[in-house]
Order: sequence, then structure tokens, then C-alpha cells
Amino acid sequence: MPAAIQCRDLRKTYDGKLEAVRGLNLEIQPGECFGLLGPNGAGKTTTIEILEGLSEPTSGEISIFGHSWRENEREMREWLGISLQETRLSEKLTVRETIELFASFYREPRSSEEVLDQLQLTEKADSWVGKLSGGQRQRLAVATALVCNPKILFLDEPTTGLDPQSRRQLWEIIRGFQRDGGTVLLTTHYMDEAERLCDRLAIVDHGQIIAEGSPADLINRLGGHHVVEFSVSSSDGAAALVSAKEAWSTLPSVESVREDDGLVALNVKQPHLTIPALLDAIDRQGSQLQHLTTRQASLEDVFVRLTGRHLREE
Amino acid sequence: MSITQETPITAIKTPPPAPRRNGRWAGYRHLLMARLLELKREPEVVFWVFVFPLLLALGLGIAFRNKPGDAASIAILAGTGSQEAQALLTHSPQHELFKIQVLNAEEAHQGFRLAKFDLVIEPDGKGGLEYRYDPARPESVLAKAEVNDALQSAAGRKDVIATTVVSSSEPGSRYIDFLIPGLLGMNLMNSGMWGIGFALVDMRQRKLLKRYVGTPMRRGDFLLAIMTSRLLLMVIEIGLLLLFGVLFFHMRVMGSVFSIALIGGLGSLTFGGVGLLTASRAQKIESISGLINLVMMPMWIFSGVFFSYERFPAVIHPLIKALPLTALNDALRASILEGTPLLHQWPRLLVLGLWGGISFVLALKWFRWT
Repeated sequence: MPAAIQCRDLRKTYDGKLEAVRGLNLEIQPGECFGLLGPNGAGKTTTIEILEGLSEPTSGEISIFGHSWRENEREMREWLGISLQETRLSEKLTVRETIELFASFYREPRSSEEVLDQLQLTEKADSWVGKLSGGQRQRLAVATALVCNPKILFLDEPTTGLDPQSRRQLWEIIRGFQRDGGTVLLTTHYMDEAERLCDRLAIVDHGQIIAEGSPADLINRLGGHHVVEFSVSSSDGAAALVSAKEAWSTLPSVESVREDDGLVALNVKQPHLTIPALLDAIDRQGSQLQHLTTRQASLEDVFVRLTGRHLREE
Repeated sequence: MSITQETPITAIKTPPPAPRRNGRWAGYRHLLMARLLELKREPEVVFWVFVFPLLLALGLGIAFRNKPGDAASIAILAGTGSQEAQALLTHSPQHELFKIQVLNAEEAHQGFRLAKFDLVIEPDGKGGLEYRYDPARPESVLAKAEVNDALQSAAGRKDVIATTVVSSSEPGSRYIDFLIPGLLGMNLMNSGMWGIGFALVDMRQRKLLKRYVGTPMRRGDFLLAIMTSRLLLMVIEIGLLLLFGVLFFHMRVMGSVFSIALIGGLGSLTFGGVGLLTASRAQKIESISGLINLVMMPMWIFSGVFFSYERFPAVIHPLIKALPLTALNDALRASILEGTPLLHQWPRLLVLGLWGGISFVLALKWFRWT
């Protein structure tokens, strides 16, 4: 069986200058939920719109279940459900009318009632789109994608700007689609979303994939298993702290050290070995421990480790 | 596996619906319905497309209505001879044309300056009269001629040539008759440009066009649905305005409903094409608003909506006649007011067809869905 989505050396250059995508390779298997994780402006939307056949790549090969956009567009459209970032559907149509409209474009759509029910929109079926909350609108956008009974669901930032409850509702819907055998490609800049939903993900920065794997694998490989964050104050001020960076990295079980907003963050395999040694070291320096936390490493740590920046930074 | 199946007495659960199959035109039908529903639910659209032209026709129709023989107001200076002059005028056959006041000199001249009087008659006391009038004011000139005529014939002047007068202010030659077809044309242009041009750019800005092309929707069906909704609206627009003209201003429609509808349809499609072309690349509603006004401005001025383009120098008449709104207005006027057959109007219809056809082809070439 061919890959659900495959692309080779994808490039997109705008006006001959701005390189939005710079040589991207992906292979997504049927039934997988794959995430493109990256900060704003990393090229995620450009990439997903090229894969959706809505934008021409400057160069590169794309195949969806072995078909290419150039030869088979109309047929391929029957299998793809798309939710763009921020589509504003017509405000003066009702939820049901909107779903019916999208259903009418496909040869064999699902029944609107079923889709309304699946997305918990039955109560709102006769409300105007303009009267919906952000979460309901986003569910409607996904409903217009699911009404065609797609093989692949493309979601561009599906939960951006939603409240926690609406996000969880959408995650449930996406998982349900995947359980029924669907393939999902989504973009997000939320680490927790990527960690919870995606079987595999690619971290994208400046139009390139800088790391790829399952969330657990990426965290283990690049984030360290745990993170120990602390801050110290000493009579010599900040200078001592920086010079101490060397010292921290030699502590037992430490994989890497970085400084972040006055905090020192250690990526650590076994915190129970590191923390006593750390306390000793601080004591020997004659500094005062101000703050100490320890937590599971996250994709955020992976991203910061790889790029030196936070995901949410502009 | 059992072959026979028992029918349950009460269906506890409805069976899963049979997979539904959409026919070739399902998308078109739904797009058209959606478009009409949206228009219906947009009160501004209803106002600007249907009510505003009626108000405009009503306002202009009343302002420029043909007043039944506006009486000339005349002041006669009090003094010797003023009684005689007044008596002659009030007994002349045209007496209902005059509103006469006898005043002292100061009041009369003051009123004349303020255009309260069209003419001041000053008896010289020796049987002669002096007319004071303003040659720059048509009603003053007219009053002088009428009054003089009335006085002379009342005093016994014999006309050398026998003349008879037939008055004509028939429906068909009044300003409102000129205005309504012009308003129709302008309305078709407005709603074509805004209803198609603006609506498309709005959908593009909202990324709705992009979302649509992410489905198997046929792009031609989408454009066809928009054009169809335009044509349906056109029928209502023309019908309402004409009905209004007939009921309210007793306008006479000479041409057949069929040919008027045909001209209206062609005009709608022409401006639909021009609207589509104007909207083919603009990304923001601000830029399309400017573009639409830029395209429509020359036609508002030159195409004879409110006044005849004959007032412009003859040199530029061929240019004016090449504008689509001129062709549409001329064709509508000829058909509505004179009942000119469509065949005799072919140059105008050709102008419309060319504008519409060329715009449409270029628009399809340049149109951006994303």
C-alpha cells in the first residue's frame, strides 16, 4: 500500500526571494496521525497547503496514496477533508445549511445528521454560523471536512485560540476519526497537542524539518528525560552563575545545560542522582538556592534544545 | 445465515441511512440556494438593491414632476392705470396663468429682487406700461411674454396669423419617464459590480474561495450559481421599479416584458462579467471598493442616468456610446418608452455582449481562487 502522503525535496519560494519551505521530505502512513510542530512562520501552513494541492510548490514531488495533484486532482479531492487556518464561513447560513452545502460537492457524502451528531453540533444545527462560539465554529470547520468521509484529514492549527474544553472536544473528534482508520496531518504550535494526538511528528523551523519521530522518542533523544530547573543567588552576582555552567554539566546524569530567563535548566536522565550532587555543589560555592523544580521533559525542551528559542516566541 | 428476516413490529432504531449519492448538479443547486439565502438574510442588500432605487425614483420623480401650469406671479405698482391693467389681465383668456398683486413700489421691487415676483408692471400714468423683468430667469422671460400677449389681445389686438395650440405633457415624455429606465440601468450596474465583484473578493479574503477549491466543487458551477442568482434578482429589480413607475407615475411601458427582461438579463450578465474581471485579483475588500468605484464613476457621469448625454460635446458621443451602461440605458429607454424591437437595437446589444464576453474570458484567465 502506498504511503498516504509522501513528499520529496519540497521547496516553495515566494517572489524569488522568500524561501518559505526549503527541501522538506515527509512520509506519512495510512492510519497515522502526523503533526507538523513549529513556531509561527516556520512554513507549516505553506507546507500543508502544498500537500492539499491548494498551492503549487516551486519544486518537489508530492503523492497522495500514490496519486499526484497534476494528474488526478478531481478524484483526489473526493478523499481529502480540509480545514484551513481561519476560514470564515458564511455567517448568515445555518450550521446545517453549511454542512449540506459542503456535502453537495462530493459524490457520496455522509448524512449531515450523522456529522452534526459526531461533532456535537446537533443543538446548534439551525443557528446561524455568525452566532457560534469559537469552539463551535472550529468544530463546524472540521465538520465540513468530515462530511465527505475523507481518507485523509488535513487540519491547520485546529485548536488555536480555543478554550481548554473546546480543545479537548476537538482532540476527541480527531482521535475518533483516526480510530476509524483515517489518516491525519495537522499543524500546531502547541506542544501538548502534538504530544497527545500525534503518533509521529516533525519539528519544522525555517522551512526545514529539524527533527522527526514519535513524541516520546523525540523527548528521550533530545529533551533528556527530566528537566531540573533552579536558580541561585550568590554574593558575586550573575558572573559566577555563568562560569558555573561548566560545573553544572559535570554533575552526574546531566545531558545538557541551558540558561533561560535567569533559570538554569538541566536535562537529566536520573534526577535522584543529580539533585543531591547539585545541592552539594551549590553549598560548596557558598550560593543560596532560590528555586528548584523538576519535571518531565516536553517537546518544548526539545524545541529549545534544537533552536535555542521557544516555540511561542514571535 | 438465515435467508428470511422478520420485520420487527416496532422499529427501535432507524437503520443507517443508505449512502447518499449526489447528482451532477447538486453542488450548483446548493451554491445557488446558499447565495439566495444569504442575500435574503442581509437586510442591507434588500435595502440597497430593492428599496433604495425606489426611493431615488420617488424623490427625483416628485422633485422634477411636471407642474400643472405654474402660475406666473406678477406685481403691479399701485397708481393710475394699475386698476385697468389688472382688470385686463384678470379678464383675459389666459387669466389662470397669472397671480397678480397690486403693491407699492418698494414692496414690489423688494419682492422682485427675491424672485418672489417674476414680473413687475409699472403703469406710466399715460396709458402705457413698463415691464421690469430679469432676462436671466426663464420664468421671468416667459411671464413678460405671456403678460404682454394677454394684455395686447385683451385690449383688442388682432392676430394676423390664425394659430391653434395643442398642449402635450403625455406620459412618455416626462422626466420620470426618462429617469426610470436610467435608474434601472444604473441599478443593474451597481448590483452586478457589488453583488459579484465585492462578494467574490469578500469570499477570497475570508479564504472561503480557497476552502471551496479544496473540495471537488466544479469552479464553473460556482460562477454559474453566482450569475444565476444575479439574474433572478434582476427580474425582481426590474419588475419592482417598472411596477412602481406604472402605479405611481402612470408610466406607460411600450415594449414587451420579454424584450425588457432580455435586455435586463444581458445587462446583468455584462456587468456580472465586468464585476468578475474587476474582482479577479484583488485580495482586500478595501481595494475592490476603490476599483469598483473607479470603474463605475465614468458611467455614472456619462451614460445618461439622470440627464441625457446629448449635453456633452458631440465629439465624445461615440466614446460615451461605447460604454456598457450607455448601451444598456439607451436600449432600456428605447424598449420601454418607444417599444423599439430588439432587432433594431443590435448595435447596443452588441456593445453589451462584447463588454460582457471579453470581461468574462479575461476574468476566467486571471481569476485567483486563493
